[in-house]
Amino acid sequence: MPHHWIPNSSYDIRKKMLEYVGVKDVLDFFNDVPEKLILKEPLKVGYGRPLTEYEVKRVFNNVISKNKLPPIPSFIGGGVCHHYVPSVVKAILSRSEFYTAYTPYQPEIAQGLLQAFFEYQSVMAELYGVDIVNASMYNGSTAAAEAVLMSSRVTKRKKVLISKAVHPEVRDVIKTWCFGAGLEVIEVNYDVSTGETDLKDFESKLSNDVAASLIQSPNFFGVIETKMRRFIDVTHNAGALAIVYSNPIALGVFEAPGALGADIVVGDTQALGNGLNYGGPSAGVLGIKEDKELLRQLPGRLIGMTKTVDGVEKGYMMILQTREQHIRRERATSNITTNSALEAVASVVYIALLGAEGLRRLGEAILGRTEYLIRRLRSVKDIVAPLFANGLYFREVSFKVVGKDLSEVLKKLASEGIYVGPQLSRFYEELPNCSLACVTEVHTLEDIDTLVSKLSEVLGGG
Amino acid sequence: MTYRQAKWGEPIIFELSKESKQSFIIDDMFKEYANEALSKIPEDLRRKSALKIPNLSEVEVVRHFTRLTQMAYGVDVGPVPLGSCTMKYNPKVSEELANDQRVTELHPYQDEETAQGILEIMYLMQRWLAEITGTDECSLQPPAGASGEFTGALIIKKYHIDHGMHYKNEMIVPDAAHGSNPASSAMAGFKVVKIPTDSDGETDINALKAALSERTAGLMLTNPNTLGIFESKILDIADAIHERKAFLYYDGANLNGIIGVVRPGDMGFDIIHLNLHKTFAAPHGGGGPGAGVVCVKKELKEYLPTPIVDYDGRKYFFRYDLSKTIGRVSWFYGNITPIVKSFVYLASLGPAIREVAEISVLNTNYLLKKLANLKGISLIYGEGRWRKHEFVVSFDKLRKETGVNAEDVAKSLLDRGIHAPTIYFPLIVPEAHMIEVTETETLENLDLIADAYKEIVEKAYVNPEELKKAPKNTSVGRLDAIVANHPNTLAPTYKHVLARK
Ligand SMILES: Cc1ncc(COP(=O)(O)O)c(C=O)c1O
Repeated sequence: MPHHWIPNSSYDIRKKMLEYVGVKDVLDFFNDVPEKLILKEPLKVGYGRPLTEYEVKRVFNNVISKNKLPPIPSFIGGGVCHHYVPSVVKAILSRSEFYTAYTPYQPEIAQGLLQAFFEYQSVMAELYGVDIVNASMYNGSTAAAEAVLMSSRVTKRKKVLISKAVHPEVRDVIKTWCFGAGLEVIEVNYDVSTGETDLKDFESKLSNDVAASLIQSPNFFGVIETKMRRFIDVTHNAGALAIVYSNPIALGVFEAPGALGADIVVGDTQALGNGLNYGGPSAGVLGIKEDKELLRQLPGRLIGMTKTVDGVEKGYMMILQTREQHIRRERATSNITTNSALEAVASVVYIALLGAEGLRRLGEAILGRTEYLIRRLRSVKDIVAPLFANGLYFREVSFKVVGKDLSEVLKKLASEGIYVGPQLSRFYEELPNCSLACVTEVHTLEDIDTLVSKLSEVLGGG
Repeated sequence: MTYRQAKWGEPIIFELSKESKQSFIIDDMFKEYANEALSKIPEDLRRKSALKIPNLSEVEVVRHFTRLTQMAYGVDVGPVPLGSCTMKYNPKVSEELANDQRVTELHPYQDEETAQGILEIMYLMQRWLAEITGTDECSLQPPAGASGEFTGALIIKKYHIDHGMHYKNEMIVPDAAHGSNPASSAMAGFKVVKIPTDSDGETDINALKAALSERTAGLMLTNPNTLGIFESKILDIADAIHERKAFLYYDGANLNGIIGVVRPGDMGFDIIHLNLHKTFAAPHGGGGPGAGVVCVKKELKEYLPTPIVDYDGRKYFFRYDLSKTIGRVSWFYGNITPIVKSFVYLASLGPAIREVAEISVLNTNYLLKKLANLKGISLIYGEGRWRKHEFVVSFDKLRKETGVNAEDVAKSLLDRGIHAPTIYFPLIVPEAHMIEVTETETLENLDLIADAYKEIVEKAYVNPEELKKAPKNTSVGRLDAIVANHPNTLAPTYKHVLARK
């Protein structure tokens, strides 16, 4: 039956085309398919029949209204948080010259896209303090996994050291990828007083057969790894590569991991005008310092500036493609094909909109709110905040509830329109009754006060 | 068709503005707390030098990126017949609905009770895609097709290890396969065994049988294959693979040509990935994001990445208890916005999804017939076979006779306002154009594409030099790949550009 998304399904056109090709029925095109495989019945998909646009909107609205958003911005953390997405970012992302384009394999007709990717690579390199950033990985978790595999190819070693304070789902992803590559993952404990990676444990597990170490700052607990430089130095002393995972939104105020000596930097762009999208998509950042071996092993697409063949004009195109799957096949540096191009564009638009000044102010705005949240939480009886008393926090704060079941507390809060979480016991058995709370530029003083007063109400009341 | 792409000599963002402007405003209500917190941060961890990123006003940013979009070309501008990529029209209703706040502002760790809507969508997608593929369960977690392949390869690896067959360490991949197939196999630790294509354009079944051994872990295949030809001996292939206790993996990038007509599961495939950004109309985003879905037969269900969505008749919930799971291949639950777009697409078409295959195949064979007899074009493989979602032609003859190669033809198409197809792939076809017009191209545009090819090859025989100079109607002329890739001129960031000045 004809459909408006399928122009040649109209009866007359279909007939005319079949005649031109010289077949009676479209099914004739399938004469090489074993007869018994041809479906005799329509598939049971959708809602039993094609829907009009206004019907599908109604169906969608009925379903999606079962999602609940809190009246004040969510305080849920866990690596991704509610951040503001500027209207400018939405406007540019809705330009269909960009979003309906394919990967720019024909550079002359895709200069605008390529320039946007080039600018993404450039601003990210500046933010992370490295020389080269690729055109994106799927997200922060796969960027970290790619970095780990890459470090093993560069060093020809088969072990990696990963801090337990790194996002648990990032660690899970790395473990799965390492199962494929035949690498061994060694986890390093965190220090219970600071929430930072335990330097002693780190040093004791480091050896000359370790390919790389991975730490995250701010880490999963929201804690800044204050001994970052030390971790990097001892990693280098073992002849291993230092991989640092950082949130780009913190880098307006914090020193770039590259400047602290990291060989490979990774991160995720969720905070940079990307929305939450129930966890994805976002773009994964992966950058390296300028080094021939690292560059040779770099996964993913890379854009470079070049000239026209007559040497007159500048232009952009994909470069060093011999690393990639479509050329190098089983010897490629990664299988990645589709990446997160549009989310990368979102983040460069976002960064352009804020500029150096805006990024600094944003970092401070979040830092200030974090400080305020900690102070207010501290004042609540039956709450241990922050969980790691000697840690320094950014954006996310871990805390513990005493004397009441945290699940009940969070449920009650949610029913009052205050969303907090996730519970740390979901990932850390040894940390029962603990939770994260996240504050960003979207939270006002009143929001944080409401959170804290509701929390003490729930804890205080029977 | 006449075409002129916009040409802005648009500066790089770093050189956009001479003056520092008021950039996007961020409040400073928490300034004193921020100062207090800053004072506690060790000196060496505080950013010392200001970021070298300009401060721009809003209008400057908007104009800059709007101009860049004018120097791009997507399906909304005109045909993008990239073979293997399934660049179909992306319905606007999908865009509008997926941008709903109740999708974009949903936190992955919020209580499942408050996310029942999205879980229902995910659950229905798992069911619908299992029905479409003829399998039993699906995971929406892989963010793209290639990660779906990697997921599948890991499932195969883990299954064999769990069953004491550590020695199964070879993955068979046809020479016509997409590069991500061997790359994903290698990432999962497999040795890749390559097998050839026969002159009929199908996987050489004798070579396949000769390559099989107890070491065979699986075969990665796409059907229809990258030549657009249906592997007619698929049932024999499946038997041969299964006899060896190996698995048949389906690369679903080419599903568009058979969707609703035949199902990979019925052909004997055990593991299947789908590219929602191809077959299911989620836009490609200039290179991503996409969404890969992996579907498996019952026997492999427990191996899927966790979590998957389940339903107990009352509410939807995540299941983490798959007993043999390979673990997570990516964080959270997958690329949700493309999944929602494809949900809207499938909900809209419902059982009419079969129309997609029928018309895409009709369009393919219509255009092939128009091109097949043009001077300088040949088929190489599968003469006389119907194509499904796409076809591949070779310009080898044209190159030998005129010096005009597949790239020159591609660039000449750009000048006529038509995006070039995939070129030089599959590698087994010299001077290849791989053309996939999908079901969403109009008859008028198919004729337009055919006319453009005709005009180009005719010109090749009279004025090849002109084609060598193409493109000239795009925002820049042909680019120099040597300058782009040479170590002395390599410039992947603005800093490199400055250093080279
Ligand atoms: C045949 C084939 N297989 C696999 C892939 C990889 O899929 P993705 O780009 O979604 O990773 C593609 C497309 O790029 C393809 O065309």
